[in-house]
Amino acid sequence: MTAYIVRRILYALVILIGVNIITFWLFFKVNTPDDIARLQLGAKRVTPDAIAKWKAERGYDKPLFFNARAEGAKALTDTIFYEKSVTMFAFEFGRADDGRDIAYEIRTRAPASLALAVPMFIVGLGINISFALLMAMFRATRFDFWGVVYCVAMMSVSSLFFIIAGQYVFSKLWHLVPISGYAEGLSATKFLILPVAIGVFASIGGSTRLYRTIFIEEMARDYVRTARAKGLSELTVLFKHVLKNGMIPILTGVVVVIPSLFTGSLLTESFFGIPGLGSYTIEAIGAQDFGIVRSMVFIGAVLYIIGLVLTDISYTLVDPRVTLE
Amino acid sequence: MLHRSLHPICNRLSVVALAATLACLCAGCGEAWNNPYSALEAADNTLYTSFTERPKHLDPAQSYTSDEAEFTAQVYQPPFQYHYLKRPYALIPDAAAALPKPRYFDKAGRELAADARAADIASSVYEIRIKPGLRFAPHPAFVAANRALARDVIDRKFKLADFGESGSRDLTAADYVYEIKRLAHPRVNSPIFGHMADYIVGLKDYGETLKAEVRKLGADKSKAAWLDLRKFDISGVKVIDSHTYSVTVIGKYPQFLYWMAMPFFAPIPWEADQFYAQPGMVEKNFSLDWYPVGTGPYMLTENNPNARMVLARNPNYRGEPYPSEGEATDRADGMLDDAGKTMPFIDRIVFVREKEQIPYWNKFLQGYYDKSGIASDNFDQAIKSGSDGESGLTPEMEARGIKLRTSLATTSYYLSFNWLDPVVGGSDPTTAERTRKLRQALSIAMDFEEFISIFLNGRAIPAQGPIPPGIFGFKDGQGSMNPVVYDWKDNGPRRKSIDAARKLLAEAGYPGGRDAKSGEPLVLYLDTTDRGPGDKARLDWYRKQLAEISVQLEIRTTDWNRFQEKIRKGNTQLFFLGWNADYPDPENFLFLLYGPNGAAKADGENKANYANPEFDALFEQMKNMDNGPERQAVIDKISTLLHQDAPWIWGFHPKSFGLSHAWMKNGKPNQMANNGLKYQRIDAALRAQKRTEWNHPVLWPFVLLVIVLALLAWLGVRAWRRSEAAVAVAPGQRA
Repeated sequence: MTAYIVRRILYALVILIGVNIITFWLFFKVNTPDDIARLQLGAKRVTPDAIAKWKAERGYDKPLFFNARAEGAKALTDTIFYEKSVTMFAFEFGRADDGRDIAYEIRTRAPASLALAVPMFIVGLGINISFALLMAMFRATRFDFWGVVYCVAMMSVSSLFFIIAGQYVFSKLWHLVPISGYAEGLSATKFLILPVAIGVFASIGGSTRLYRTIFIEEMARDYVRTARAKGLSELTVLFKHVLKNGMIPILTGVVVVIPSLFTGSLLTESFFGIPGLGSYTIEAIGAQDFGIVRSMVFIGAVLYIIGLVLTDISYTLVDPRVTLE
Repeated sequence: MLHRSLHPICNRLSVVALAATLACLCAGCGEAWNNPYSALEAADNTLYTSFTERPKHLDPAQSYTSDEAEFTAQVYQPPFQYHYLKRPYALIPDAAAALPKPRYFDKAGRELAADARAADIASSVYEIRIKPGLRFAPHPAFVAANRALARDVIDRKFKLADFGESGSRDLTAADYVYEIKRLAHPRVNSPIFGHMADYIVGLKDYGETLKAEVRKLGADKSKAAWLDLRKFDISGVKVIDSHTYSVTVIGKYPQFLYWMAMPFFAPIPWEADQFYAQPGMVEKNFSLDWYPVGTGPYMLTENNPNARMVLARNPNYRGEPYPSEGEATDRADGMLDDAGKTMPFIDRIVFVREKEQIPYWNKFLQGYYDKSGIASDNFDQAIKSGSDGESGLTPEMEARGIKLRTSLATTSYYLSFNWLDPVVGGSDPTTAERTRKLRQALSIAMDFEEFISIFLNGRAIPAQGPIPPGIFGFKDGQGSMNPVVYDWKDNGPRRKSIDAARKLLAEAGYPGGRDAKSGEPLVLYLDTTDRGPGDKARLDWYRKQLAEISVQLEIRTTDWNRFQEKIRKGNTQLFFLGWNADYPDPENFLFLLYGPNGAAKADGENKANYANPEFDALFEQMKNMDNGPERQAVIDKISTLLHQDAPWIWGFHPKSFGLSHAWMKNGKPNQMANNGLKYQRIDAALRAQKRTEWNHPVLWPFVLLVIVLALLAWLGVRAWRRSEAAVAVAPGQRA
């Protein structure tokens, strides 16, 4: 397995370089360094001198990929691409275009994102699996039918609707929780109850239907029939056999998203005023802040790769037949 | 068997119901559950408000947006400020002891009389005397040991309070001079350096000197040593004594005093500059951009621009009396109730970041924000229009004791023609008359009264020219009317009929909207960044207006960068823009049409590229004049010229609508002064009472939900047990 992981890490380096090149190329295809400078300096009284000064200050006064004026290796290294990319592989993200430290922002915002995403993920997963198991257990009954109808209906409604409706009902009409905001530590609980509940509620649908299908397929297998023939109770069959074996395909979709919980939820954070990394990313895209965008894309790619490796490893843990070579 | 198994479920249901009932009872006597703040703060003398965009710069040399001024204007004390109550807007001293009278000198250095002709004045000297006894807010930079910290010590600091001991000292004239020097600092990027370098004697050269010094220190900002600006002097800026300094500007520039009311000219202590220049500080976000240090009524004690910012009373601020005079209606409005009392009244101001409109509005209605603007989505809930066209509060708002304050913004929005464009521009003398009539026809067709009614809920007035209300040169009534677009009827300007526009269009060579020579339909192009679903109605409206005179309008949507680039290169035909006053002087609006400021030619603010030598001559004459009948006469000439040339379709001047709760006092909109928080007062006891009254938790739906879930669980268990007990063949049916 060690050889496999080392090999995956080496692949990851190639993937990350590719991601970095694509991000860089796409960003500068849309914006020139002059555009970035003008956006940061504002719309009023911006002089060419001020733009030149801003670019020089932040290293945007160099060529993008190739410096024809430089000699030797410097032709490649004395460029915006090289200078902005190399440090990132050492997880030094530098400063945002407004001059603020990106690593500092990530450190201060990540806890808020995790405080929202982790409970939403755990509770959501628990409810989705439980609901799917129930539907599988009562399959071909009214409960199963209406359960599937409910799931399809939930899949059809935008999560924005749930957010606005939830804020209206629970905060505005019933005054049960704050409508938005955030606080550090345990005080965050009262701000997180509603977004977590809405996030969990809104996620019932696609995942539940998928898990239901997995469980039903599993329940039709020979070992389940054998277990029932042995006289095991339905609960034992479900939880000891079906759930355990059904978890293998579920893991595919679940483990891979665990690392990306870190990057936060764009919409929920924005509407509930939670200062997480999701809103950081969306603001950076709006402000065309290359420093933040490339850092968040890089982190997203790293986390996704970690997620895939963890998924592979988790297969070996839940299914002894699988080995990584 | 089944009956027995239900017992535990019923017991559990009873416990849940009991707990819910108890919770219901408790809620009646407890605090509001939806309070986003700590219950301990309920009775504090704290103002709660919000911000949308995180401030990019709190460094006064760099900060230029109104979002940032909301913070910097409370922290810093420039020499001058605007009178809070008086209109038209008037400058008064802030940190300065008095408003200085400029002394004028000719090229030979001889002093001229105060009424000397602007053309004779080679330089103007402003001598500013600072009030004695003003002190900086506590800050670690004033402790010498904190300015010589090792890198590893800084690495262990996370917030300003971690530096331990704080100090302070008296404000001196040198602190104001230090800030003027910072405008030229190559690492600071002040947005006004280019502009000020054209006026302040020696500032341009000073910038070059500093560039050379910075090069000597090293290119990497984070590792470079501190550049002590005290060692280098600007020839036109001098410290005269500990509390007096002078600034020499080139020629006559009366608007300079307005600039000195902005944070750009606030004092910065050299100690702070040295403190923040230590290696490792920038990496930890310790900078003037993050932690300002000033002498104003408040200091920034919490800076989390992602969630909330907190200003607290500066313990070293010696106070300032609340104004005792204002407009005629101010006394009746209670604006003078606190006359003479020492400001600031509020101890703490909490700014909460609120990016979405829905939670922001609802928190205001719940009493968790003390004041609010009104978004279009909430307009009908908050405002009703009376039969006389006046806006008032809806009964729902009145019942809550909410107050409405309106004011006309010192802002102009306009639809600009590109003067360089061959179809609508006026740069080609051979077609100038034809294009002028075309622009006039389009000006009539673009019915901004309708626009204001549909898209702004009536919150604007149609513009008759570039100068907005509240600025010298703006006139109301028949005298200011644009006679090209309006006729004076029934005591008001009435837009000319669409037939008048069609007639002008025909005279321009486009009868029926077609080129008289080629027969081709006239197609115009509007460049815009509006492309969201919400913008479609507005873009359709533009098309509809021109369709009324059979002119086709193509909308070219683009992103902000490309839009700006097109304007800079003069590759546009029509585009919509606005300008918000930097200071209350007509020069600040008319310079937007001054030929040498052309965007395509000089990358200036004249985005229309309008160039008319007659206008330029009048503008040059007007810009240095003192306010008075002579200046008004020149402005009138300019207005007449602009009405005829129509380089812009004069759009509208927006009205700002602000709401505040009954516990807020002294809230008067002031479009120029950003330091208004020191004037505000709140009744915290009334607020606490209303918050509790308005936010009783409603628990019955919660109880109902628990019961329904319990019922569903019970039904599920029952069904499962039935299925477990079921047999394939009933006993009676066995063979």
